[in-house]
Amino acid sequence: MSELKRTPLYPEYEKSGAKTIDFGGWDLPVQFSGIKHEHNVTRTKAGLFDVSHMGEIAIKGPKSLDFLQKVVTNDVSKLVPKRAQYTFMCYEDGGTVDDFLIYMLEENNYLLVVNAANTEKDYDWLIKQNNYNNDELIIEDVSKNYVQLALQGPKAEEILQTLTDTNLSEIKFFRFENPVYFSSLEAGAIVSRTGYTGEDGFEIYIDQHSGRDLWNLILQAGKDKGLEPIGLGARDTLRFEVNLPLYGQELSRDISPIEAGLKFAVKVNKPVDFIGKEALKKQIEEGTNRKLIGIEMIDKGIPRTGYEVYYNNEKIGYITSGTQSPSLQKNIGLALVNSEFTEEGTELVVQVRKRKLKAVVIKTPFYKK
Amino acid sequence: MSLPKDLLYSEEHEWVKKEGDKVRIGITDFAQSELGDIVFVELPEEGDDIEADEPFGSVESVKTVSELYAPISGKVVEINEDLEDSPEFVNESPYEKAWMIVVEPSNESEIDELLSDEQYQEFINED
Repeated sequence: MSELKRTPLYPEYEKSGAKTIDFGGWDLPVQFSGIKHEHNVTRTKAGLFDVSHMGEIAIKGPKSLDFLQKVVTNDVSKLVPKRAQYTFMCYEDGGTVDDFLIYMLEENNYLLVVNAANTEKDYDWLIKQNNYNNDELIIEDVSKNYVQLALQGPKAEEILQTLTDTNLSEIKFFRFENPVYFSSLEAGAIVSRTGYTGEDGFEIYIDQHSGRDLWNLILQAGKDKGLEPIGLGARDTLRFEVNLPLYGQELSRDISPIEAGLKFAVKVNKPVDFIGKEALKKQIEEGTNRKLIGIEMIDKGIPRTGYEVYYNNEKIGYITSGTQSPSLQKNIGLALVNSEFTEEGTELVVQVRKRKLKAVVIKTPFYKK
Repeated sequence: MSLPKDLLYSEEHEWVKKEGDKVRIGITDFAQSELGDIVFVELPEEGDDIEADEPFGSVESVKTVSELYAPISGKVVEINEDLEDSPEFVNESPYEKAWMIVVEPSNESEIDELLSDEQYQEFINED
């Protein structure tokens, strides 16, 4: 067994007694004090997440924009410096290589923030698509350079503002400031108003050597406002309640963004062709055989990833994510099913281990502010 | 971690309490703390037979499902219906409020094979 990777913050959460797990080869905290508590803290006050396992890939050079336009589904030409964009990278058949954010740092200089487990795959894929020479385009995996923290929750801005002179209220949704300086830290950080929880908040990218100091500074600054460190367990329930996809569950090699209901970041009418365009266009025009839906259990039981879903006795799909929602106290799930059975109110059956339990199709996102 | 002396324990982290000719069964403090917030408990029905080392139900935390393995064989004569609406009892009171089932053992010798509190403590330490 290969050794688990650790982020520079590992000693900090070891100190606080967090329970860690193997998450795609990384030794990461699944919980600090308890998933439900951490979830509610993030919804009502603020939570601090170490997400340094996320990958960062730099795309630089005069052909950056042309290249990105070819490999991703969103329209990168709409970006201006200090704005971020959510996009997919797809295969020719529309299957998903990854979903990620693109930060436009400046003209001809972009940063992709990709899923940890996909970093190598994405990098290899990008290299494979690159027909330019070194003067025209540079692709570099710079993941190791960054610590990434997410500060999320209604008190996020109030807390972070105590540490910086940069006016954070001017950073609008999906925009960022760079560099932002915190207290006495020398390293500047990228601070974007983005996140994976459905709450207001920021994602912060800072030099790996300054990460621990920043983590402690923020925790200290938020102490009397109820801020707590949050693990991956609550990160998953938070994103699930607001229907943000998790690669490997709602999106995959075999699940296209259109099937997952994420057409908004697939711009088939952008001025240039991109990989997967024909397949995705066809899916939009003709509809897909499968669709991602929300379900709520009627019978007592919790839907879990991989559980089969039936209509009458016909198997129509499976659960991609499911849990007992901490905010709603309901047993809910996302399911990828045959498109014929996706209308709200349709009664379905979920195979929960040995039992067949009734469920009903409901609207997503499950949770709204 | 709490480990009452008057209980017996299984390697699957259940506790067993002898009550006359019946036994009461639940999961240990160690088990609940490993599992985290319990949000759902699935138990057998009264009258069901359970068999040693076979699953008789499950507990679900926010993230995972874990089977409950019967520490002994026998007939279920009582189940704790409070756990349906209050699964958090498993975290708050694993030895009292969160007892799970009462069983009439069908093979007394299985009870003799269970661990004492000290043996169970040792077993956890080794893990």
